[in-house]
Amino acid sequence: MSPTAAGSQTCADTTIGAGIKICHLYPQLMNIYADRGNIAVLRHRMAERGLKSEVVEIGLTTPIPDDCNLYYLGGGQDRDQLTVSEDLTAKAEPLLKAAANGAVVLGVCGGYQLLGHSYTSTKEFIAGIGLLDLETTADTNRLVGDVVAEVTLNGKTQIVVGYENHAGRTHLGPGCTPLALLQQGHGNNSNDGGEGAVSGKVLGTYLHGPLLPKNPWLADTLLAWALEHARNPVKLTPLNDQLENAAHEVAKTRTRRKR
Amino acid sequence: MITKIKLPAVPQGLAIGAARSANRLSQKLKRGGGTTIGGLVLNCLRPTATSEMSKAISDGIILVSGTNGKTTTARLIRAALNACDFRVVANTAGSNLERGVSNALLDADKANIALFEVDEAALDGLMVKTKPRVVVLHNLFRDQLDRYGELELLVDRWHTAIAQLPTTTTVVYNADDPGITYIASKHAQTLTYGVDDPRTDRGGLPHASDSTHCRYCDTPLTYDMVTIAHLGRWSCNKCQRQRPKTDITATKVDLHGLAGQRLSAITPQGPTEISLRLPGLHNSYNALAAIACTSALELTLSDVSTTIAKRRAAFGRAEHIKVSNVRVTTLLAKNPAGANENIHTILLDSNLDSKGHIHLLLLLNNRTADGRDVSWIWDVDYELLLNCNRLTSLTIGGDRAYDMALRFRYAGLDTSRIKVLMPIPAAFDAAINSANTHGGLYVLPTYTALLELQELLTKRGLTTAFWEDT
Repeated sequence: MSPTAAGSQTCADTTIGAGIKICHLYPQLMNIYADRGNIAVLRHRMAERGLKSEVVEIGLTTPIPDDCNLYYLGGGQDRDQLTVSEDLTAKAEPLLKAAANGAVVLGVCGGYQLLGHSYTSTKEFIAGIGLLDLETTADTNRLVGDVVAEVTLNGKTQIVVGYENHAGRTHLGPGCTPLALLQQGHGNNSNDGGEGAVSGKVLGTYLHGPLLPKNPWLADTLLAWALEHARNPVKLTPLNDQLENAAHEVAKTRTRRKR
Repeated sequence: MITKIKLPAVPQGLAIGAARSANRLSQKLKRGGGTTIGGLVLNCLRPTATSEMSKAISDGIILVSGTNGKTTTARLIRAALNACDFRVVANTAGSNLERGVSNALLDADKANIALFEVDEAALDGLMVKTKPRVVVLHNLFRDQLDRYGELELLVDRWHTAIAQLPTTTTVVYNADDPGITYIASKHAQTLTYGVDDPRTDRGGLPHASDSTHCRYCDTPLTYDMVTIAHLGRWSCNKCQRQRPKTDITATKVDLHGLAGQRLSAITPQGPTEISLRLPGLHNSYNALAAIACTSALELTLSDVSTTIAKRRAAFGRAEHIKVSNVRVTTLLAKNPAGANENIHTILLDSNLDSKGHIHLLLLLNNRTADGRDVSWIWDVDYELLLNCNRLTSLTIGGDRAYDMALRFRYAGLDTSRIKVLMPIPAAFDAAINSANTHGGLYVLPTYTALLELQELLTKRGLTTAFWEDT
């Protein structure tokens, strides 16, 4: 039984064919809800199709490359988020440039909040990079639990499942729309039925679990976009997603049964 | 929730009587061992009962808390107290919220000392109510974030609560944990413990490490040595804070797989050497915490050492049973730090066995006591098991078995090698069948999966019910 590495420093698959470059931002600080699972899914679904993927990990003080096709920023605790905010806002330029050129950006939980204008926690004001037109303010009680929501991307609607755990209430401006419409869960602010945000190919969400293993369709959508951005528009062959679909169904039915 | 009903306080005697009746009823109806319900009734009828009953314990209260190792550490301390002729009352069945504590106090008539393992989120409240003589702060790792919110919030709560403790309380703490050190080090009376054997160095922080930045200046901490998760010999290059000098120090740790270990330690009472029957570095820490706690209570070191050397693993913590010629070892795995330690222990154990086959049964539930959020499994370094090339069979069961299967699929394991059977009895039987050919079976269940497994094994006459565990 031989594995592929998950979460190692910089790693390139030696498979042939088209490829993408993934930038994993602050893997040491923003990893609270098992964010490395999302990266493992992206890499593995490329490798299984004989496609290349390279992951660059960017921590504090290292500059962000502007030539990646997919940028990922995971969740962190308020304290780590503040540390990251100070670093990220000072060096976000290449990320903003890449996003403007159609690179894919995915922010999860704390990472989602940092893609917005700001996050006001119970203790301090944390600046974001304004890639998504939204603002977040923390409340005293946390929004925690299973989520089932409907996502429409590329004209196709699918159910996503995940778990949320956040004190922040996020309100969207006119520059972006909710990523998902809630069937179960609290989402952005437990008020307007919206979950996450999307603007072009920049996505933010509160959903972890991690997000991608149980939502392979979403993973493939992101990969297809990243390949397009890399000028390698390959049609992604279907994979055997029996385990993914079973896990998705269990999460969905268990969530609904609880109510 | 029953606890939210507001009633006028009931006289103590009446409340205690009602609580005891509730326990008897619960046992009669076979709903459990009567380890919780009485406490719940008592706290509801008379919220001040826990403090009142605590005051009556003449030699004081000991609280043990931390993410991992509470149960085992408390068991070791309890054995030492018994050996030194204390009459101990304790919450032995792992019921570790306030209701479990007050429930145990219902039977404290003859006790002169009380020892409680306490849930991390219940510790601050219980420190105020019980005014403990000794508090043991063992470690804080990411665990059940759906219940606790952020780990940082717990650190803040503990920090505030420790600052309010009477100066007469001794705080016994793990100096290898920078978060715990921040919480405890300013207290008037402290006793510290840690591991100094360079051979225990894992050579770097694992993926799931939490308190890795200086609490005072946010600088990433530097480590001379890393033991478990973010535990180790840490220092901050910027503000010069560092792991405090330890009062109880493990100088030599020789791990012998699941068979146990030889632990050499220096203490204020002199050196000691103990052959523990408990495996793994996490149990070295548990033993150190027990030695430190009993040292704070001024027990004789030789008595303590002799006693803890005899203790076997607690329920589901590296317990062995034999099922149709297969050696089955159960290792509770409920969070990344604990699961990683289990994996290191399994690797060491299977390495010592010349056959070197690892048969693995993973049982993943996500009920309230496990934490509803299963994302923690992605923080566990299961890759270590795949990299060793000794994983012969993998069976997965429990409510969220498919989530675990995905964890291994995306670690690179061929899905045809993963057997998924959600019902725990079916998964257990399949795993035993796979292991029958050679080697032993290692079972890593979450908490409620462990209870289910225990029930199954009890039904089959292979082990005893958990509330009979002593």
